[in-house]
Amino acid sequence: MAAIEIRNLTKSFGSLLALRDVDLTVTEGEFLTLVGPNGAGKTTLIRIVATLSRPTSGEVWVDGWNLTDGAAEVRQCIGFISHQPLLYGDLTAEENLRFYSRMYGVPDPANRIEEVLEQVGLLARRRDAVRTFSRGMQQRLSIARAILHRPAVMLLDEPYTGLDQQAAAMLDEVMRAVGTASLTVLMTTHDLHRGLVMSDRVAVLSAGRLVYQALRADLDEASFRQVYREIVAV
Amino acid sequence: MSFLRQIAAIIRKDIIAELRTKEMFSSMFVFALLAVVVFNFAFELRVADAATIAPGVLWVSVTFAGMLGLNRSFVLEKDRGCLDGLLLAPVDRSAIYFGKMLGNFLFITVVEAIILPIFSALFNVNLIQTWILVVLLLGTLGFSGVGTLFSAMAVHTRAREVLLPVLLFPVAVPALIAAVKLTAGLLDGQTVADMANWMQLLVAFDVILIAVSYMTFDYVVED
Repeated sequence: MAAIEIRNLTKSFGSLLALRDVDLTVTEGEFLTLVGPNGAGKTTLIRIVATLSRPTSGEVWVDGWNLTDGAAEVRQCIGFISHQPLLYGDLTAEENLRFYSRMYGVPDPANRIEEVLEQVGLLARRRDAVRTFSRGMQQRLSIARAILHRPAVMLLDEPYTGLDQQAAAMLDEVMRAVGTASLTVLMTTHDLHRGLVMSDRVAVLSAGRLVYQALRADLDEASFRQVYREIVAV
Repeated sequence: MSFLRQIAAIIRKDIIAELRTKEMFSSMFVFALLAVVVFNFAFELRVADAATIAPGVLWVSVTFAGMLGLNRSFVLEKDRGCLDGLLLAPVDRSAIYFGKMLGNFLFITVVEAIILPIFSALFNVNLIQTWILVVLLLGTLGFSGVGTLFSAMAVHTRAREVLLPVLLFPVAVPALIAAVKLTAGLLDGQTVADMANWMQLLVAFDVILIAVSYMTFDYVVED
């Protein structure tokens, strides 16, 4: 069953076409990585799926809900992580999560907050203001925020941007620990290595068009890099 | 019920953040105080009866101070992508609008509550009257209502400090005129019944400004 289904998706900003007739399906439990150069339309696509941006034309379904009629239901079933933490710097880690648990109507929020803070290794820093956290810690807390309401679909928009090697490796560990492997994941990145290692399927977006898709099992990194260079060089 | 809980969650979050930083309050309060003091000195030597200029000075101080607060309101949301975090919540977007609007209304009202006795003392006019307070609240409500919408719109632009007043004042002018007229009339000893037309205009503009802001907020905050 398709967890995310995108049909003929087009998005324009004035005269600029950011996405052109994109068709993409992510099946339940699948990890799909969308790669592409800067300006290819990756963030635009993921922001539309996350209901942060309106499509110019086309249809999007997430977990069976259509974006047009069921935007609130779509938002209930997605967790979103981007290169920004989406957290209030002047609130503590716990206050941030308490705020989001109220917004999502999370049952038994106190226990759930403790549980997710434990999972991302920030329980000891729960009462510290987020602005005192390192970039890596903020991103870990961002994961806690995204999984707080137990979403079925995770949308990751360049989650490694601004992280050093160590923080990026820790992020991988945290993502594994919180069980993203059992969820449906759509990730955008321009890090080909990481995109390939983590995914079940990769797709390439170039100049707003979906130009390539392949199963991870059918690819090795060298051949994928070669294919990517050829596609992007066009 | 969950709609109200979500509005309350946004207001509560804004209050906690403001109590910690006091960014909005301090900028609004200092500006309002300076405006009142400067106007007091500027008019002192020329105006025989301070009550004739007090309503205008009061509303100029309140609206310009409020503008500073409204500008900060969505800048805080823009920081670290928090606005996206709010928009991702499975709530009707109007809950976000009402949460932010009521938070702004509350912060401006607190500044008014502190500045009003100082204003009354400096200008030697009695503004602490029930109906003047009602007018002040109604004027602030309309101003916050449309100001929240334009603040959300301006936050995406680089020239937001300039854009917000340029957008806001022309739209809020009818409500502000009614508020100034009512304040002046009440200071002159007229009753609300004498100025029913102005009161109706103020209430009508509050309703219109908030209703239009509520209906358009969704389109303003999405790309």
